[in-house]
Amino acid sequence: MEPIIEVHQLSKRYRFGHSVQRTATAREVVMRSLTAPFRRRRAEDSSSEAFFWALKDIDFHVNAGEIVGIIGANGAGKSTMLKILSRITDPTEGSVTLRGRMASLLEVGTGFHPELTGRENIFLNGAVLGMRHAEIKQRFDEIVAFAEVEKFLDTPVKHYSSGMSVRLGFAVAAHLQPEILVVDEVLAVGDMAFQKKCLGKMSEVSKTGRTILFVSHNMAAVENLCQRGIVLEKGRLVYDGDVKTSIARYMAHAHQAGEGQGSEIDLTTASTRKPKFDPILRKVSLSTNGGEPAPRAVTLGSSLRLEISLRLPDKAPGFRCGIGFNSVFGQRVLTLHTFFAPGFNDEVLAGDATLTCEIPSLTLVPGEYFIFLYVDFGTERKDAIPDAFMLSVLDSDYFGTGKPPFSGVVVMPHRWNMATATQPDNQQQIGLQHKSEQDPTQDASLQNSHTV
Amino acid sequence: MQPRFELVLRPRKGWQPLDFQEVYLQRELLGFLMWRDIKIRYRQTLLGGVWAVLQPLMAMFVFTFFFHRLAGVKGDPQVPYPVFAFAGLSVWTFFANALSQSSNSLLANQQMVKKVYFPRIFIPLGTIGAMLLDLLLSLVLLAFLMLYYRIHLTAHVLLLPLFIVGALLSAAGLGMMLSALNVSFRDVKYVVPFLIQMGIFVTPVIYPIRVIPQKWILLMGLNPMAGMVIGFRYSLLGSAASWGVMGISLAVSALTFVVGLYVFRRMERHFADVI
Repeated sequence: MEPIIEVHQLSKRYRFGHSVQRTATAREVVMRSLTAPFRRRRAEDSSSEAFFWALKDIDFHVNAGEIVGIIGANGAGKSTMLKILSRITDPTEGSVTLRGRMASLLEVGTGFHPELTGRENIFLNGAVLGMRHAEIKQRFDEIVAFAEVEKFLDTPVKHYSSGMSVRLGFAVAAHLQPEILVVDEVLAVGDMAFQKKCLGKMSEVSKTGRTILFVSHNMAAVENLCQRGIVLEKGRLVYDGDVKTSIARYMAHAHQAGEGQGSEIDLTTASTRKPKFDPILRKVSLSTNGGEPAPRAVTLGSSLRLEISLRLPDKAPGFRCGIGFNSVFGQRVLTLHTFFAPGFNDEVLAGDATLTCEIPSLTLVPGEYFIFLYVDFGTERKDAIPDAFMLSVLDSDYFGTGKPPFSGVVVMPHRWNMATATQPDNQQQIGLQHKSEQDPTQDASLQNSHTV
Repeated sequence: MQPRFELVLRPRKGWQPLDFQEVYLQRELLGFLMWRDIKIRYRQTLLGGVWAVLQPLMAMFVFTFFFHRLAGVKGDPQVPYPVFAFAGLSVWTFFANALSQSSNSLLANQQMVKKVYFPRIFIPLGTIGAMLLDLLLSLVLLAFLMLYYRIHLTAHVLLLPLFIVGALLSAAGLGMMLSALNVSFRDVKYVVPFLIQMGIFVTPVIYPIRVIPQKWILLMGLNPMAGMVIGFRYSLLGSAASWGVMGISLAVSALTFVVGLYVFRRMERHFADVI
């Protein structure tokens, strides 16, 4: 049998500044074409116009009924591949042959209009995703039931909570019946219960013999749904085969994030930095508050100091720097940002600078976190390094009870209190506090940790 | 058994013809997009659909007072000036609004352009199609004006659809071209209001074609809307026809549409990368 998807020598090249917000105005184009004859060397011109390959020479086949997970670090080319497969953008070279009706879901609720009601948006979104009016009508009740929005069907979507509109968006998409389904990381949104429901629906869909390409950072979901994995690294296909091996391969690569293993991470040549950025972020060193160098593993509740070396190209009004902590599922669990810091001077002069961020007590649940570093000038992103390095938070006896916390995302001091109605004498109060609770900076640190 | 289906995606180069089969298969979506535009256009406004006729109506009062009464501009000797002006304004307002909305349509819907595939021309075309409702409402108002001034419809009205199609084609042609250009060049946003502002004066909306010297008259036809405005008055009010101008304008409208379509198709493959 012929494969249902055939990807052959697929490559996509982007020009710098092409996909960036900055768009050429007609004046620039006119000026460029007017001055072109006076430019000395055309070679100079073409070399200054830089390209990069988001995808290079990708080859793979997918047979009908296969469920394939596409995994890779940020910037590996997953999204570009999905965009080509879903016909949003053309490849630069190579070809893709699709032998079945395809629907792609790169975002939930594409085309939703906030002024329209839930009912109206179901029809609109269905049509945008390629469903016929009759098909939508036929599945309307199922969609509504799945999304759990019966009561709000005639309310404009702008009054929905974000969770509700995500549910509605997914519900419409889940009732598409294409032969090939391409799904991007839409599951990263919504609450845990709904994510579980979505995964359930996906595995149900997969049992009906449909072909699915699934892109996600959620390795548990990939492992659960797919038999086969394709690993992308820097635009190239590096592994295609059994899903367990793929995940191992990806994890091994992810763990290498950030060169070296010591307390200093060189960022000048970070592979996950988009080529359009100048390397403003040069280096990051980890230490404890006492100033001792810390390896990339800290115990829960201990202090952490990040020293970031910067090289600013020019005077930067509105300088901002952020440190994001992402879980292994790609979910942002904590953002530390100069923007929130009281009295932070954002007028920065050109040249080298060192920015220090001190966390008196890191209270994330033990596990692995990928650190995302970024610099903005005002609202314009100037440098960003996804997965700059991986930080392990190690178990500790945070509560002083010998029982390390193990679930959820954050840990914080708290108190329990139970009063029984019949025997008021039996009142017990149990305080769960960090051993070094006396530390006055503790409270401040909790206030400053914003979970997103 | 499903019919054999095969789609090959590869780099596209040069001019692309429109895939009529695909457009036909997804025609429902065009309907949905039009319906959406109509639904949301006047949401959360006090006057709602009244806005559709208020615009040409107010313009009619202003032009009747300043141009006709004070400046002495004459319309058609057969029909009162307000009706003369309103007939022209109804189709002109349709064209002007369709153009300004459609030229911005791709940017307004960029989320969709970046996240899902469907024939891109549906975006500007849907916006323009939704404007037809406004035109219809102005025509209803015009009917009342004609009743009030006791102007009878003639068999000429049978030609009205031809001029509506002409106005639609020129709005669509320019709309597709400008919306595609707007993706790369935000200059369009400054050009369009200016174009519309000047357009009303170089189109015989508030003055009759008679005032143009005979030797220049056919040149007027190069403005596609000139012929449509004259055609509207001819088919609705029984005003004098100017077949030369109308013919040229219709041809220019059709040409504008074809050129607009090809420009759009040529630029569309970069939309998602550039927008």
